Amino acid sequence: MQARASMPYLALVDNLLFARTQMGVSLGFHIIFAAIGIAMPLLMVISEVAWLRTKDPDYLELTKAWAKGTAILIAIGAASGTVLSFELGLLFPGFMRHAGAVIGMPFSLEGFAFFAEAIFVGIYLYGWNRVRPALHVAAGIAVALAGALSAVFVITANAWMNHPRGFRIEDGVFVDIDPWHAMTTPFGVHQIIHMLVAAYLATGILVAAIHAWILLRHPGNPIHRKALGIAMAMVIPAAIVQPAIGDFASKQVARYQPLKLAAMEGQFKTEANAPLRILGIPDREARETRLAIELPGLLSFLSYGDRDAVVQGMEDFPEENWPPVVVHYAFQLMVLFGMLLFFLSIWAAAHWIGRRRLPQSRAFLWCVLLSGPLGMAAIEFGWIVTEVGRQPWVIYEVMRTSEAVTPMPGLIAPLIVSCLLYIGLSIAVIAVLYRQVMIAPGLPPAPGPEV
Amino acid sequence: MAWVMALVILIALILYAILGGADFGAGFWDLFASGPRARRQRDLVALAIGPVWEANHVWLILVVVALFTAFPPAFAVLSIALHVPLALMLLGIVARASSYVFRNYDVAGDVVQQRWGNVFAYASAATPILLGIVVGAISSGAIRVDPERGFEVLTGFFAPWVRIFPFAVGFFALSLFAFLAAVYLIRETHDPELQEDFRLRALIAQGGVVVFALIAALTSRLGAHEEFHVRLLGSWWSWLFFAAACVVAAITTLLVVRRRYALARIFAAGEVAVVVAGWGFAHQPFLIAPDVTIENAAAPAATLRLLIIVLAVGALTLFPSLYWLYRVFKREPIFEELRRD
Repeated sequence: MQARASMPYLALVDNLLFARTQMGVSLGFHIIFAAIGIAMPLLMVISEVAWLRTKDPDYLELTKAWAKGTAILIAIGAASGTVLSFELGLLFPGFMRHAGAVIGMPFSLEGFAFFAEAIFVGIYLYGWNRVRPALHVAAGIAVALAGALSAVFVITANAWMNHPRGFRIEDGVFVDIDPWHAMTTPFGVHQIIHMLVAAYLATGILVAAIHAWILLRHPGNPIHRKALGIAMAMVIPAAIVQPAIGDFASKQVARYQPLKLAAMEGQFKTEANAPLRILGIPDREARETRLAIELPGLLSFLSYGDRDAVVQGMEDFPEENWPPVVVHYAFQLMVLFGMLLFFLSIWAAAHWIGRRRLPQSRAFLWCVLLSGPLGMAAIEFGWIVTEVGRQPWVIYEVMRTSEAVTPMPGLIAPLIVSCLLYIGLSIAVIAVLYRQVMIAPGLPPAPGPEV
Repeated sequence: MAWVMALVILIALILYAILGGADFGAGFWDLFASGPRARRQRDLVALAIGPVWEANHVWLILVVVALFTAFPPAFAVLSIALHVPLALMLLGIVARASSYVFRNYDVAGDVVQQRWGNVFAYASAATPILLGIVVGAISSGAIRVDPERGFEVLTGFFAPWVRIFPFAVGFFALSLFAFLAAVYLIRETHDPELQEDFRLRALIAQGGVVVFALIAALTSRLGAHEEFHVRLLGSWWSWLFFAAACVVAAITTLLVVRRRYALARIFAAGEVAVVVAGWGFAHQPFLIAPDVTIENAAAPAATLRLLIIVLAVGALTLFPSLYWLYRVFKREPIFEELRRD
C-alpha cells in the first residue's frame, strides 16, 4: 500500500506490535465480561426459580442483587464487544477484506444472539411488575441461552482463524468460498466446550468468592450461605470436568497445530516418548527447556494416547513461524489454576456427598475467597495460548498478521487511549461493584434507595 | 443479491436511527435538563431508555457485521479512511453505555452518581455528531480508493472528514436524534409539566434540524462528489424524498404543537426514516462514492445467499421478540411505576 511503502520498516514493525497489543488488551478486557454474561444470568435464574418454588424471600433478594450486577456487567460487555467488532477492521482491515466473506456468517448469527440477549435482559431487569412470573423466568433463561449462543458463534469464527477452510487462494484472492464449510471447522468443538465450561467455572468462583468474603465478615448470614451454595453448585461440576475437556483440547491442538502444542509444552526436539514438562524456561538459542520437571513419556501419552508416539518439536518448523515464548508460561499457569480449582471442588464435593452441605469452616471460606480470581486468570492465560500461539499468523498458515495490519500510522495513540480507557473502566467497575456489595441484602442497611 | 443486502443494511441503519438514535438524543437532553424539574427530566430520560437501549444498540452491530460479510472491501476501506472518527465514535459508545449503567445502578444520590450522569450526557451528545461525520464523509466522495489494486486507499486519514460538510451532517444527526427523543419522551410520562418541558424541547430541536439541514445542503457542494450532489438534489425521485421529508416534518411539528403526541411519535420516526432512506437512495449504486459500488464490493454469491437465509431466519425470531419488548414497556410509561424516591 502507498502509505505503507513510504513508512520506514521499523515503524511498520512497531505498528504491528501496537495493533496486536491493542487487540489483545481489548480482547482480554472483553472476555471477562463476556464470560460473566454467559454464566451470571444462569445464577440469577437458578435463584429466581428457587424463590418461586420455596417462596423464601432470601432468594428473591439474592436474585435482585445478582440481577443488578448482571445489568452492569452485561452492559460493559456489550460496549466492549462493539469495540471489538469495529477493531477487527480498524486494526486489521487486510484480514477483514479477505476473511469477511468467508467467516462473516458466524458474526452475523452472533448479531442475532446478541439481539436476543439485549431484548430479554431489558424485559428481565425492568419487567418484574410487567410480565407474569413464569414469563419473567423465561426471559432470564433466554438471556442465559443467548449469552452462551453468542460465545458459540464468536468462538466458531476464532476456530476458523486457527484451522481455516472453505476457500481456495488464487493469485492472493480467496475464491470458491463455502461459508458453511468454513464455520463447521473441526477445531471449533473443543474450543467451544472448553470456553463455555470455563465461563461457568470462572464466573461461579468469582461470585462465590464475593459471598465467601461477606460470610467471613458476617458468619452464618443465611442469604449469603444460599448464594455461596448456588455459586459452588455451578463451580464444582465445571471444575471437575474441565481437566478432561482440557485433555481433549490439547489432543486436538496436537492433531491440527503441532507447532502450537510444541510451543505450549516447550518441546524443541522431535522425539518418541516425549516427556511432559512442568514449569521450565524455554531457551530458544540452546533449543531446550531448562529447569523443567519432566515426566517421561507423558506428553506422548497425553497427546496421542501412546507413550511411544512421536511428538513433533519446534525444530521441525521454520523458526520464523514459531509463536512467542510466553505461550509456554501462559499454558503452565492456566493448567495450574485449573488444577487448584479442581482440588478445591473435590474438597467441597466430598464434603457435600458426606454431609449434604458445603464445608462451613473459615478455612474453606478463605480458600474460596483466594480462588476467586483464578478462574478469570485461567481464561486470560488460555486465550493467550490460543491467540498468541497462533502468531505469526492471523489466519493459520494462510495470512500473516503483518499482512493484515492497517496502514494507518501512529497506532501508539489509539493504543494508549484504549489502555487508559480499559484501566479506568476496570477501576470504575470494581468501585461500583464494591459499593453494591456493601449494600448487599441481609447486611446492616446502608442509606440509599433501591432501583 | 448484493442489492438485497444493500437494502437490508439501509433498513437496519434506519432502525438504528429511529431507535438507537433516540436513546442518544435522550442522553443529550440529560445535558440540557434545566428548570425546577431538572432532576425529574433526568430520571425520565434514564428510565425511558433503560429497558430498550441495549436492544436498540444492536442494530449498529448488525449494520457492521452485515457490511463486512456482504461487502468486505467497503468495510476495510472505511476502517482505514475513517479510522479516527470511528475510533472516537467507539469511545463515545463505550463511555455512554458504561456511564449509563454506573449512573443507574450505583448507590444513588451522591456526587459520584452525578459525575457518571455528566459523562453519560456528554457521551450521548458527542456520539451522534461523530456518527454524522462518518456518514457525511462517506457521502462526500472525498474517500478515493483504487478498486483495481485491492481497494487501496489513496486519500489521507484526516482529509476525507475534516471539512465543513461532514460536521454539518454531524450536527444535523444530533438535532434529528434530539428531536426524535424529545417527541418520544413526551409519551414516557403522565406528568403534564414534564410533557410540556419536552414539547418545548422537541420544537427547538426541530428548528435545529431545519437549520443544519440547510447548512448541510449548502455546504454539500464543497468537496462533495459531483454525482452524489446531482443525485441528492437533481433527479425526480430525490425531489420526491425531499418533498416527503418536508411534508412529514411539517405534519410532525403541527402534531407536537397541537399536542397530538401518540401520532407525533409515529410521524417523528417517519421523518427520520424518510431522511435516512433518501440518503441511502441518493447513494446507490455507490457504497462509498465514487469508487466503491454495491457491485464491485459484493462478496461472492455463496456468501450472500447464505447470509440472506441467515438474516431471514434471524428476523423470524428477532421481530416477535422486539414486538414483545416494546409492547411491555412502550404502551404505558414505566416512569411513574419505577421512579426512585
